[in-house]
Amino acid sequence: MWSLDLLKVIKTRKRDQINRHGSTSPMIKDFVGKAIGRSGDTPAAASGKTDASFPEEQISTAELELRIKLLRENSELQKLHKQLVIGGILTEAEFWATRKKLLDRESNRKSKQRVGFKSAMISDIKPATDGRTNKVTFSLTPEVILQIFAEKPAVHAAFLSYVPSKMTEKDFWTKYFKAEYLHSTKNAVAAAAEAAEDEELAIFLRNDDILAKEARQKIRRVDPTVNIEADQGDDYTHLPDHGIFRDGGKDITELQHELYRRTLAHDLNRHAAVVLEGRTVEVELEDTRTVAEALAKFKRVESANEDSDGNANQGRLERISRITEIEDLQAPHGPPLAPLCIKDPRDYFDSQQVNAIKASAVAEGKKSNLSSREAYGSLRDSISQTKQMGLHNPVVKTKDALQVFNALSHDISRTKYDVGKNPQDSVLDKLPSTTKEQLLHHWTSIQELLRHFWSSYPITSSYLYAKVNRLKDAMSQIYPQLEEIKKSVPANHKQHVSVLVRQMHQALDAAFQHYDADLQKRSAKSSERPNGFA
Amino acid sequence: MASAPSKLYADDVSLLVVLLDTNPFFWSASSLPFSKFISHVISFLNSILLLNQLNQIVVIATGHNCCDYVYDSSSLANRSSGTGKLPAPSADLLEKLEEFVIRDEKLLKREPEGPIVSSLLSGSLSMALCYIQRVFRSGPLHPHPRILCLHGSQDGPEQYVAIMNAIFSAQRSMVPIDSCFIGAQNSAFLQQASYITGGVYLKPQLLDGTFQYLSTVFATDLHSRGFLQLPKSVGVDFRASCFCHKKTIDMGYICSVCLSIFCKHHKKCSTCGSVFGQPQSDAASEPSKKRKTGDA
Repeated sequence: MWSLDLLKVIKTRKRDQINRHGSTSPMIKDFVGKAIGRSGDTPAAASGKTDASFPEEQISTAELELRIKLLRENSELQKLHKQLVIGGILTEAEFWATRKKLLDRESNRKSKQRVGFKSAMISDIKPATDGRTNKVTFSLTPEVILQIFAEKPAVHAAFLSYVPSKMTEKDFWTKYFKAEYLHSTKNAVAAAAEAAEDEELAIFLRNDDILAKEARQKIRRVDPTVNIEADQGDDYTHLPDHGIFRDGGKDITELQHELYRRTLAHDLNRHAAVVLEGRTVEVELEDTRTVAEALAKFKRVESANEDSDGNANQGRLERISRITEIEDLQAPHGPPLAPLCIKDPRDYFDSQQVNAIKASAVAEGKKSNLSSREAYGSLRDSISQTKQMGLHNPVVKTKDALQVFNALSHDISRTKYDVGKNPQDSVLDKLPSTTKEQLLHHWTSIQELLRHFWSSYPITSSYLYAKVNRLKDAMSQIYPQLEEIKKSVPANHKQHVSVLVRQMHQALDAAFQHYDADLQKRSAKSSERPNGFA
Repeated sequence: MASAPSKLYADDVSLLVVLLDTNPFFWSASSLPFSKFISHVISFLNSILLLNQLNQIVVIATGHNCCDYVYDSSSLANRSSGTGKLPAPSADLLEKLEEFVIRDEKLLKREPEGPIVSSLLSGSLSMALCYIQRVFRSGPLHPHPRILCLHGSQDGPEQYVAIMNAIFSAQRSMVPIDSCFIGAQNSAFLQQASYITGGVYLKPQLLDGTFQYLSTVFATDLHSRGFLQLPKSVGVDFRASCFCHKKTIDMGYICSVCLSIFCKHHKKCSTCGSVFGQPQSDAASEPSKKRKTGDA
């Protein structure tokens, strides 16, 4: 079926290719509608969208997938979408225009996670030995090479400078592994001897210069407020039993041949530092050369950024100057004063034009014709009369009390059966669930329609005019549906349902009134102008 | 802020703050004379004090021009002498009430215009809430506070903002506002107050039996209310007043930043100062028109 092919097309092509073809846009919309509505008879929907005044919307495949996903997850939204968009009442753009927040939330969830280096030391390669031919085979993958270059910047620099000008890659790695072998024998003397012979080997055997420079820079940038004072107790290297077992021998520090010595601690710390920094290179790792270059480029960018970041230094100096103050020696100062800002409350609370509530102005039982003085006077009189005479005896007549009591009990028991005990209980929970769902669905669709309806006023373009007409037709179709619901409800809930339905009617009626009034105004105006509206 | 009572003496001790409407313009036109009403109220207050030894009552009078505390059962400054007919606390209350009415009259600046004369409900609600806050901060042991509004005057729409603020802070501190409305029409403010804070709104049908209404519905403390069925109101009038003219409206403009309500289009919101866009150019920047449905 052609729609399935389109789905494949969407998935395999890249994003920008789809966007280039503006014509695929309505196709995609149509496809979405069909896939979701699962009804194939809405050619009207697609053709109805070719309204020239509203710009064609360019939606990307990612956005489309988000929408489909959202609709799949939320069945209420799906029902609403099916009813409104497939029915041709609203366009996709309008429907989703108010739901940007939902879409944003979805897209944030999907953001991919970047994968960093493994914490295992894959750069510590153990070769495969072939006992028969006395050959030792090291296997290198681009991953491993990346990690080696990241951990040992001297090796990286050597690679960039020597290969392929001075030696081939194979030679380079052979020398590297020879150096590793020498390190692992812990024979610093032999290492020194070899280094004296072979200059390139010496680079691998020496301590990493670049690393040392970086370390010195970092030391300079340490916050002076951090207390790094060390004393006798911090010296652990001269304790008995100090040393790490590695490869069968104990790694004990020695002071001779410092230059050619590398301990496990060095390796581990360097590896850990690199892992924590995170993966820096995003390109495909195909061969060593690209890896090296990519890493070099990244490092250049990073150092450029750091140099331009003078603010870090400034912040550091500021922090230092703040910490060097000794708080105890300073006078106490209270919290900073907020500036007083008193807005004139008169226009907030009072008003010159207090308008009376028209509805309740009429129904006051006995209008008081007394002046204020008389009113106050009569109040004072009643108080003093009560003081003198005491309270009425009896305070309340028995028959009145009985009447009140009966009325209250009746009221309370009636509302308990009708609505429920708590004041927050609602009538909806008592209805059968299908009725409740139908009512709620109608209410949400009425809300949606009314929202679009009211936002289209004042009508300024023919597009809005057509939209309003569509909405009006949809709204008039809801009335018979509501009547049906009213009929289908069992007798004891009829009253509540009719109350709810009446509220929906009121909302719709107000919209229709506005529509009619506006239409009258327009026709009155259009009798002057031949075209109708601007 | 201590929003819930942390520890109580016992579950059924209540602190009742009564807001008594003493608007003379209302009482001169009311079908229930004030003397009868006040005897109902005083008997009710005495019966509350009898229910539990630790119950406390505070009465705040809501006048036309000012509000004031007229009675505090826990205050030690109660004069102990009573008249022949009345025991001491009631006499005290009436005495202070009379003084209050005299003060209120003195503050009257001009004759009230229009048929609607409202009393300062916002003022007395605020005073009640301040008293309750002080009780919250007085120590770990305090009774359950609640507010009872004995009110009859019409709502003054100019007090809408202040009353809504008071209602929300009562909701925050979990203080229910009950109302017994003795006037002719229903009061939208008190209905909303009781609905939002979880209190009871009652409009007595038979005013001669007011004492019976009060003691049946409003006498119990908050803990026991969990076991009782109290009358529920059928519908609540949620209409708001606009902030510019204080008219009651059900369709208007709302600022999308601070949710203040206006009845006509403004260039700038007067509460938060944000500038509104032009209505024709872009539908998104216009303050959205909102329709509020009235009472069902």
